[in-house]
Amino acid sequence: MPERIIKDGAIVEDNWQVVRELEGDLPSGNIIVPAQRWLDEKDALQARGNVAVWLASDQSPKMLGDAINGFELIAVDFPAFADGRGFSYGRELREQHGFSGELRAIGNFMRDQLAYLSRCGFNSFALQNTDLDAALNSLQNFSVHYQVSVDNPQPLFRARQG
Amino acid sequence: MYIYDQFDRQIINERVAQFRDQTQRYLAGEITDEQFLPLRLQNGLYIQRLAPMLRICIPYGTLNANQLRKLADITRKYDKGYAHFSTRQNIQLNWPKLEEVPDILADLATVEMHANQTSGNCIRNFTADQFSGVAQDEVEDARPWCEILRQWSTFHPEFAFLPRKFKIAICGSKRDRAAVAFHDIGLEIIKDSAGETAFKVFVGGGLGRTPVIGSLIHDCLPKQHVISYLDAILRVYNQLGRRDNKYKARIKILVKAMGAEAFKQKVEDEWQAIKDGPMTLTQDAIDHAFSFFQPPAYEAQDAAAAQSTLDDQRLAEPRFAAWLSHNTVAHKQPGYAAVNVSLKETGVAPGDITAEQMEAVAALSEEFGFGEIRSTHEQNLVLPDVRKIDLFALWQKLDALRLASPVIGTLNDMICCPGGDYCALANAKSIPVAEAIQRRFDDLDYLYDLGEIELNISGCMNACGHHHIGHIGILGVDKKGQEFYQVSLGGSQSNDAAIGKILGPSFAQDEVPEVISKLLETYVNNRTEEERFLDTYRRIGIEPFKERVYA
Repeated sequence: MPERIIKDGAIVEDNWQVVRELEGDLPSGNIIVPAQRWLDEKDALQARGNVAVWLASDQSPKMLGDAINGFELIAVDFPAFADGRGFSYGRELREQHGFSGELRAIGNFMRDQLAYLSRCGFNSFALQNTDLDAALNSLQNFSVHYQVSVDNPQPLFRARQG
Repeated sequence: MYIYDQFDRQIINERVAQFRDQTQRYLAGEITDEQFLPLRLQNGLYIQRLAPMLRICIPYGTLNANQLRKLADITRKYDKGYAHFSTRQNIQLNWPKLEEVPDILADLATVEMHANQTSGNCIRNFTADQFSGVAQDEVEDARPWCEILRQWSTFHPEFAFLPRKFKIAICGSKRDRAAVAFHDIGLEIIKDSAGETAFKVFVGGGLGRTPVIGSLIHDCLPKQHVISYLDAILRVYNQLGRRDNKYKARIKILVKAMGAEAFKQKVEDEWQAIKDGPMTLTQDAIDHAFSFFQPPAYEAQDAAAAQSTLDDQRLAEPRFAAWLSHNTVAHKQPGYAAVNVSLKETGVAPGDITAEQMEAVAALSEEFGFGEIRSTHEQNLVLPDVRKIDLFALWQKLDALRLASPVIGTLNDMICCPGGDYCALANAKSIPVAEAIQRRFDDLDYLYDLGEIELNISGCMNACGHHHIGHIGILGVDKKGQEFYQVSLGGSQSNDAAIGKILGPSFAQDEVPEVISKLLETYVNNRTEEERFLDTYRRIGIEPFKERVYA
């Protein structure tokens, strides 16, 4: 069943289904499985296709090693919005592993974190119980940034010097 | 002082708009209390015992006259006409209305001020020596570095939801007046063997429930790498710091658990991946920051004539003499002094200031300086550039404003948190304890004879009053619903950093002045001529004090 998510600054229909279980039958269609399950069942899942992975908040992208850039989509789970580990994983995936696929936030993050998540490299957001049209505004909170980040390769101190 | 450009203004205005929208959505029931909590905290807003509290940022303790006037305005318009300086150089309003906070932030933005990241689990205001730029023992002015790092930390997208709050201090002088050993990160400015600016990096210091002295993890970090190195430290902490228990979530617990060497290695590994990238500071960027902190237009002074005038005034007016020797500080520039404006008048909560006093200090900063004011972590203000020939006139005006209590550096210059009178976290009141001690030791001759003593009072384990690092520390504790006070001895916030030792069982509030009196007697009876309280304590140990107090 398609759901609506925010992707690349727009609201779109989405067909990826998050699988939380570490074992058992898998549904058909596009699935996002736990990173650990992918490591455990790598051959079978690769043969199946249409598989993405999600990282739990205590799982660094390093656990996926060289496989990172083989994925069309990687999701990072936020068990609670106050758990900010995923912000670091986002930057690490983009800046250090060069991941260029879809990077999706899932779980209990909130609308007011979209601007920072997007700066850390996330480009899709499976927000729960949120008015998505209104949430799009939160992506636009800031138009100038001091720091280097995924969307801002030059820090302001370099831009100032022209 | 740093002056905003179009980018800084745009960022701060966008922040005000963001929080206005968030507040409206909260009041409309679209954001839960739980979700609103980190949003309001990162805009300085607490919900306190009696009312909300708004903590306004004073970046590294530097203010100008217009900003101080605006603060006075704000306390009248939105609050009760007074405010409180905190131990992190910030200023707090005790009675703002939640729905008016966006307006307060908009007013602050008109004078390039804000309340960003003064609370919450993010990188807080940078603190620095209040005498930066004027201290005689300065290695290099800390303020440009604070500004560079203020910008790095402001709305840093990766580090807004850390395991816990994160405090950074920078010291640019030989004598550490910024307590770098007691911060999550402490930076000490040094010169490397080639004379280039570099940093010693301490990590994992802190007070609170588990006081720890920070570990040195880099003994000479080249200046251009300071941002990438701090980014690496924060990234390690953000990923590995504990999130299961808020009392074990500070970086000090992580550094202790891993060991400083292992932590350092982790940081090195992260750093290698980002070092020499776009975060590397350019000399242009460093020069740009320093351009805002050039020495003001000092006038050449006849230092000898000024000194002889001062000597005459000192002889003619003993109260001025007392103030001169306790409340003024030697200055880099001949013929000038830095002046402490004391916020420790007996009967007034330490660090409190009225709107009228703020306006008067703003005017004095222009009449007797270059319109600049500093706030100190000892909860006083500083006028950094006063001509020595003007000191007498300035003293008269401060005295009339009740801002000249000549007790800087003495027992009665105590650091004190707002305590149970205001704070929802406190176990006990702290302001009445401070006042009782000030009243008990109101004899200036005795106070001066006791010499340099740092007395720090906290109303709870969170240690906002820095009780662990007072030469004498007082901590409010809850004993079966009653307010009691635990006393510790031997702490130090300076280069000889130390954490105080608990004297013994705690005392009722009305016993505290007598206990302090006995501690001081013990010191006086045992000291040698040269010794401060702390020196005597270190030589004779805690036992003689214990015996006297619990006899």
